[in-house]
Formats: sequence, C-alpha cells, structure tokens
Amino acid sequence: MEENLVLITIIGMAVVTYLPRLFPLYALSGKTLPPAVVAWLRHVAPAVLAAMLLPTIILHEGNISLGMDNLFFWAAIPTFIAAIISKSLFIPVLVGMLMVMIGQWLGG
Amino acid sequence: MTDKRNCPVEQRSASWLRGMIAAVPIVLGYLPVGFAYGVLGQGAGLSTVNIILMSLVVFAGSAQLVAVGLISASLSPLSIILTTFIVNLRHLLFSAAIFPHIAHWRKRDLAVFAYELTDETFALHSTRFELQDVEKGEVLAINITAHLAWILGSWLGVVAGKRVLDIEPLALDYVLPAMFIALLVMQIKTHTQVWAALLAGITSVVLLLGGFNQLHVIIATIIGASFGAWIEGWKRI
Repeated sequence: MEENLVLITIIGMAVVTYLPRLFPLYALSGKTLPPAVVAWLRHVAPAVLAAMLLPTIILHEGNISLGMDNLFFWAAIPTFIAAIISKSLFIPVLVGMLMVMIGQWLGG
Repeated sequence: MTDKRNCPVEQRSASWLRGMIAAVPIVLGYLPVGFAYGVLGQGAGLSTVNIILMSLVVFAGSAQLVAVGLISASLSPLSIILTTFIVNLRHLLFSAAIFPHIAHWRKRDLAVFAYELTDETFALHSTRFELQDVEKGEVLAINITAHLAWILGSWLGVVAGKRVLDIEPLALDYVLPAMFIALLVMQIKTHTQVWAALLAGITSVVLLLGGFNQLHVIIATIIGASFGAWIEGWKRI
C-alpha cells in the first residue's frame, strides 16, 4: 500500500478508536445515572476481564484444551491462588511468569 | 489556579510517581507486545514513521496487530478503518463503566483520559477506583506510562526488525493474562459479579469457537453484566 494511503488509514483508525473511548464520558457528563444502570456498570468490569481472560487460558491453538500442552491454563491455577492470598498485582504476575517459565523449561 | 494552591508540587509529583509504579505490570506486558507489533509492521512493509505514528495516535494493541495484517494484505483503507471500529467498540463499555468514578473531572481532562483508555489501563483503573479514591494525576500517570511503554516497544520492534530476538523463555506473554487474573480477583466483591464474570467468560469462548473473533468481548460482556445485574435486582425483591 502507498505511504499516503497508509497515513490516511492510520488517521481514520485513530478517529474511530478515540470516539468510542470519549463518547460515554461526554454523553453522561453532568447526568446522574439511574440505579439500575449503575448496578449494570458495576458488573461490566468483572465481565469484560473474564471475557478477555478466559479464551487466553483455555483455548490453545483455536480449541478448548486443558491438557499439559496448554501451559497458560495450568499456570493460571497458581496465579489465581496467589491473587486470592496476596490481594496484590505484582505477586500473581510473578507467580504466573515463573510457572510459564518452568513449564517451558520442562517442556522444551 | 485553585488546584495548584490546594495541591503542592511535591504532592503532585508523588501522585505521578505512584501512578508510574502502579503501571509497571502494564509496561512489562506492553513492551513485548509492542515489540511484536513493530516487527510485524516492518515485515508488512510499513515505514518506521507510520509504525510509530499508529502507536502514538491509535494506541490499541489488538486493533494495530489486525491492521498490520490487513495493510499487508492490501485491503482498502475503508475496510481497515471499519474493522478497527468494530474491534475497538468495546471501549464504549470501558468508558461508561469508569464514568461514575471520574464524573466530577473537567471535560478537558476527560478528553485526555479517554485517549489512553485501553483494555489494560481500564482493568487497572476500574480495580483501583473500587478499592480507594485515586487522584487525577495518578490516573493520568498510569495512562501516559503505559502509552510510552507501548511506543517504546513498537520502536524497539522496528529497530530489531527481522533479527527476531528470542524472548520467549522470559514468559513475558503471560504478564497480561496474569495481570487480568489478579485484577479479576481484586475486582470481584459480590456473588453476582462472579456470575457475571463466569457467564461472560464462557460466552466469549463459545463466540470465539463459533467464529466471532471481533465482537466476542463486547457481546460476552453485555450478556454477562446484564445477567449479574439481573440476579442482583432479583435477589433484592
């Protein structure tokens, strides 16, 4: 693709990415949300985190895999436990990385 | 002016420093993903300026990786922009969910905040807001630190180019999934949130298996969050 065309594409991408990020903040600004909407929004963060996370840990090469070759799934278990015990961000991240590293050494 | 008088310089720089430290897990995750994007961008024949520009003005990991593939496949700009729009529509939900916590901010600050709202910054902010009051400087410091890491990673990828370095043994590709696990655990306070997360996660997997690989997150989130809010309301009656 031509450089100019790439530039136009990038600018278009920037606009269509920014607008959905901004729109709710401006549209809702100054308004008090009904309790039902607030209750719904309270469930958005856990739902979106799970929707992004679960495929990365239980899908392996496009299929559900809980076998030993799916390191990400097996590493998730100690990571979850570390998160529940430590209630911190860094410790589970370190535990998860360590588990994947060990798995790679053992498997590779 | 009043802002400055109420908030001395030392205090403001302390909150910026706290934000930068809080962003470290995101930085660790963004450097390798940004690196991969830079390598792929160069492989797809994009110029260095365009690769970095995209990281600067779009700042959306999955959409950028998808776009690089589509550009190298010579799709029309319109279809690439449309695909980006669909892939990034989920930010509508992030923005709405964060809104109650920053409703009192000035419009200008909201506009700056929105520019750097990604999956990861959203996940971190929504968890931190649930736990405590967070100062604006801290919030923006997290966003800017994450964005700089993304740009730096992209640039390093361009520099490394095809001389692919072997970073796989470092398990850096597990930083972001592990961070999501930690944030999910910190985020969940009620049983109805557990149900929302479970249903959203399962729906997301089912949609992906069914071939919906662009709207799965937003559809799964709407279904999961609605279910959670519905049982919460139903329990109350």
